[in-house]
Amino acid sequence: MSLLSFERKYRVSGGTLVGGELFDFWVGPFYVGFFGVTTAIFALLGTALIFYGASIGPTWNVWQIDIAPPPIEYGLALAPMKEGGLWQIITVCAIGAFVSWALRQVEIARKLGMGYHIPIAFSAAIVAYLSLEVIRPIMLGAWGHAFPYGIFSHLDWVSNVGYQTLHFHYNPAHMLAVTFFFGTTLILAMHGGVILSAVNPPAGEVVKHGQHENQYFRDTIFYSIGPLGIHRLGWFAAINAGLWSAACILISGPFWIDGWPYWYDWYLQLPFWNDMGLEGLG
Amino acid sequence: MANFHSLYSQIQIHGPHEKPFDLPPHNSSHIFGSVLSRWAGKFGDPQIGPSYLGASGVASLICGFIAIEIIGLNFFAAVHWNPVAFVEGLAWHRLDPPDAKWGFTPFVPLAEGGWWILAGFFLTASILLWWCRIYFRAKALGMSTHVSWAFASAIFLYLSLGFIRPMLMGSWHEAPPFGIIPHLNWTASFSVLYGNFYYNPFHCFSIVFLYGSVLLFAMHGGTILATSRFGGERETEEIVDRGTAAERGALFWRWTMGFNATFESIHRWAWWFALLTTFTGAIGILLTGTVVDNWYLWGVKWGLAPEYPQTYPEMVLPPEIAEQVRAADPRSALALPPVEAAPGAGIAPAPSATAAPPMNEGAGQ
Repeated sequence: MSLLSFERKYRVSGGTLVGGELFDFWVGPFYVGFFGVTTAIFALLGTALIFYGASIGPTWNVWQIDIAPPPIEYGLALAPMKEGGLWQIITVCAIGAFVSWALRQVEIARKLGMGYHIPIAFSAAIVAYLSLEVIRPIMLGAWGHAFPYGIFSHLDWVSNVGYQTLHFHYNPAHMLAVTFFFGTTLILAMHGGVILSAVNPPAGEVVKHGQHENQYFRDTIFYSIGPLGIHRLGWFAAINAGLWSAACILISGPFWIDGWPYWYDWYLQLPFWNDMGLEGLG
Repeated sequence: MANFHSLYSQIQIHGPHEKPFDLPPHNSSHIFGSVLSRWAGKFGDPQIGPSYLGASGVASLICGFIAIEIIGLNFFAAVHWNPVAFVEGLAWHRLDPPDAKWGFTPFVPLAEGGWWILAGFFLTASILLWWCRIYFRAKALGMSTHVSWAFASAIFLYLSLGFIRPMLMGSWHEAPPFGIIPHLNWTASFSVLYGNFYYNPFHCFSIVFLYGSVLLFAMHGGTILATSRFGGERETEEIVDRGTAAERGALFWRWTMGFNATFESIHRWAWWFALLTTFTGAIGILLTGTVVDNWYLWGVKWGLAPEYPQTYPEMVLPPEIAEQVRAADPRSALALPPVEAAPGAGIAPAPSATAAPPMNEGAGQ
């Protein structure tokens, strides 16, 4: 089960970043490697601590389990275990596991002679996580500004932090991030759809390839970005969704403390139209 | 790191232009010819056009033009045809749906929301005609119609917001306005009005599929770019005749996470995730206000959130105020305790049987 029909010839040694051949083996379908070992350690420890946190908390209701960062009073100090220290260790474990996972992807890419595009894209997600949980709390001076670990508790955090700036939709970087999220999903639908429609044609039709895909989009939307271009565009847009998410939260608090609706005053009060005494907007 | 294919092409093919396939006459009215663009070629295909204009395409563009004209001229009129104010406020201008007093009738004076209905009608016509265009173009080219069904899911969300849910609620006023900032304001107030949309499980699903779609495209785009040195971008060829690019792409994920898609099935994952983003979102919209009045309290009811602490004593109206309310609207007697039930004191435990019924039961009586 664990070997695909063509897999054996690809299972060769080499390509590791750390540890030489020591961890250069597979367990079932999984490649291990040095970073597989560190991923496992961080992930298991972090998960166990989440269970421990749940066990000393008020509920086993999976929707309500909540492991919160230390209260603001602790600033950037280490907190006692039951007052956020657990959250701090879990955060270290999460970062360790995410970075290990990215480096493990690098080793696997090297082993297969592939480019590093996948770990680069994953790094954008890690940057977004670090921005929320480490960089912004440090800039604001307290771990208490990070989000808690819990299904609805982290949604409450998003809600509350959003309303602290009165209306987060006015955050220009948030606008960009949302545009990239929606845009990526749109082009994913178009790409997935066109590939499926080309290789699964109606009965009696032959399978279609790139020329038909190109003409389909040239005919309907004037331009076909092509089979290589669409993956560049999707990769680029997905990474930007993550990076602008990171940007939009990093500027909320550290660089802009008023409500986001007020950010546009510079525009509405440009001298050109501000001096014209227009009704309504200014 | 590989310096082969990364974010831009170092090699572009500028040869003879790709010609459209020969199709039956009514399907072959190609327009604009084609040009090769060195700048487009740095990121994607250098060839731009030719394109196709059909009856549904022409009709869609006309309807879309009318919709945008209605919206734009309403914006312009709202600032008394002052061009500077029009430009300054482009992101703030709004065209609102009719007030609640108009219910769901299609006949509303233009200045009181009729323009909104007309703009919505033409925008909807434009979108549906565009759907026909991409559906029939796939047919004409001998392909299946997957793209149009994904688009249909997005149209379902659009119609749910602007038409189906207002119809179920019996009021155009429930629909979002046209305008950049105004529709964002609508989204935020809609969430708050119905008790925090994050507790709407179909909103949860929609977000999961939205983020999942972005994750999938990062994974898939990365896989193809990383195997482009083996021809990974020739996906349809790799699907029907698996080569080393597909094998390496599959093994990358198998070794990383113990599971892999194929070059074909990854596009099924992609299509379903993207389609379900808007489909589950539409379900969440349609349930709001029709079936569920307050998603937060719904979450409390089903254990998603802890019980909300009772911070104030229950109130009943002082007898003289209750008498005035009853006099003003006899039907409200259903919602008020009898005057004798609150002797003297302004604050007393409410008799539960006669206390105000939940919002959704009161309206129809």
